Amino acid sequence: MPIWLFILASAIKSALLLFVLLTAVAYTVWLERKVVGRMQNRWGPTRVGPFGLLQPAADGIKFLFKEDLTPPHVYKPLYIAAPLIAVIFALTSISVIPFGNAITIGGYSIPFQVTDVNTGLLLILGVTSVGVYGVALAGWSSNNKYSLLGGLRASAQMVSYEISLGLSLVGVLIMAGSFSLRDIVNSQGGHFWGIIPRWNIFSGQIIGFFCYLTAAYAETNRIPFDLPEAETELVAGYHTEYSAMKFAMFFMAEYANMVTVACLATLLFFGGWHGPRFGPDIVRAILPVFWFVAKVFVFLFVYIWVRGTLPRFRYDQLMAFGWKFLLPVALANVIATAIAVAW
Amino acid sequence: MSIHLILFLAFGAVCVAGAINLLAQTHPINSALSLIAVMAALAGEYLLLGAEFVAAVQVIVYAGAIMVLFVFTIMLLNAGEEERTKGSRVATLFGVPGILIASVLVGWMVLRHSGTEAVAAGALPGDPRTIGQLLFHDFLLPFEITSVLILIAIMGSVVLASKPPTTPRSVSVRKVD
Amino acid sequence: MVPISYYLVLSGFLFACGVAGFLIKRNIITIFMSIELMLNGVNLSFVAFAAHWHVIAGEAKGLVPLSGQVFVFFVMVVAAAEAAVGLAIIIAVYRNRETLNVDQLNLLKL
Repeated sequence: MPIWLFILASAIKSALLLFVLLTAVAYTVWLERKVVGRMQNRWGPTRVGPFGLLQPAADGIKFLFKEDLTPPHVYKPLYIAAPLIAVIFALTSISVIPFGNAITIGGYSIPFQVTDVNTGLLLILGVTSVGVYGVALAGWSSNNKYSLLGGLRASAQMVSYEISLGLSLVGVLIMAGSFSLRDIVNSQGGHFWGIIPRWNIFSGQIIGFFCYLTAAYAETNRIPFDLPEAETELVAGYHTEYSAMKFAMFFMAEYANMVTVACLATLLFFGGWHGPRFGPDIVRAILPVFWFVAKVFVFLFVYIWVRGTLPRFRYDQLMAFGWKFLLPVALANVIATAIAVAW
Repeated sequence: MSIHLILFLAFGAVCVAGAINLLAQTHPINSALSLIAVMAALAGEYLLLGAEFVAAVQVIVYAGAIMVLFVFTIMLLNAGEEERTKGSRVATLFGVPGILIASVLVGWMVLRHSGTEAVAAGALPGDPRTIGQLLFHDFLLPFEITSVLILIAIMGSVVLASKPPTTPRSVSVRKVD
Repeated sequence: MVPISYYLVLSGFLFACGVAGFLIKRNIITIFMSIELMLNGVNLSFVAFAAHWHVIAGEAKGLVPLSGQVFVFFVMVVAAAEAAVGLAIIIAVYRNRETLNVDQLNLLKL
């Protein structure tokens, strides 16, 4: 493939993915408000458009027109940079996530992925690690004791659960033998005995899956681990002093992280885009993307379901759980997987 | 002027700017942020040398964990701007030209005696599989020793940073008849 | 394309900046960060030489060309351990002396 065509295809894919991701983030907010509302026996947004479907658009317009004030006592460079850091790194990890097999357009094979890096999984872990700075610097630059404490708590929580997150993925890595996300999904093709698909969750990674899900809920600061940003706690935690567009950026970063976690869970444990294939050729090419999106939707629904159901952990309970329970379980999973594979 | 050289110069410029900024800033948080920029640019340099696993680990461990620790400490201790102490005029008079001459000399010597290896970055190994095999076969003993070192460091830092006990250890209560 | 010596010059420059920061700065946390900068410069040297050895020697002479990259891991581990313990010491010192200025940590001076 000539170099200019590659650059053009990558630019188009990046722009398209960015648009899709931002729309997905906006409609995840809508989905959350509807589902949590229904769980709490109320309607959720219904006024703006049918079923409240235009609510994210109304929210976006509101955020744009709200007064974006900068309090005088903040440390301006970091105050403005922190939400940018959070959003940029939340949106970066979508670039290595594969959505389906390759399609051929005009003789060239274009994969459904912006770039397939050899160490794709490590890139996502690295981006998650650096995303902690958005939270920590926001808390510090706000020059406000609630923000500082909230920021410190949130970043300490994120750093602690990163370890369990990484370790729970090592089991998958041992079974797949590669860091590249496309290779990991391809190793989950085929079926056991013709019926049960060879997804990692059926190949013995069930403990790894639950470790990953718990650690991911803590990484994205969602209930039951959302003490640092709960309203009844430290006012609003690290984004107390933020208004309008900057707050919207933190919001977007949190939901983009949720979408990334859901995408990774389907890729690593649920076979990615593998699913029954039928129909004519054009349908066959698009069907994997449809299966992938359906599985991601299931995971987002589980995220929201957990949010509506569970109470939140106290901070010391949270840290004790992360270090004293989740980390040994993830380690045990790694050892068990290694022994099982070496046998 | 290949793309390799352009990328090397770009990342190198960020490294140099970050290092000089670390020295020039007075507030430690700005120094910490420029050090993070240096580490990120160094990860780019490692990618140019074909060391993809080392680059990823550099971002995850160095920029994502060690520097977070530094930023935490700066935030916790509320470190303010640095006070300037009086410098020595003799040191500045002899030191700055001396450093410039020495560095130009060393740089020129190193750059002159270099071979040009026309190797693309993709041809160099550095994938996790090779490094894993090296780490667990040839370098197994240092690996185990470093894990013991980490354990010692964890215990040491927990003990050193914990608050001293505020209540007296043994309180003897005597019954008053 | 890019000779290895370019990487060595960059590595030397980073190391020199680290040493300069270590000697000039007065805030103890900044001194610590200069140490980390020195270690990063050395890591770049290691990786550059690993690439260099792969190009010129290979495995024919019984050398292990990627040892440079493996050694980078050990340097990173040592840097992490040292940063953890050093920052704990800094916190303990701050609790006792209420200052982060190295010039005022001179109780042992005669």
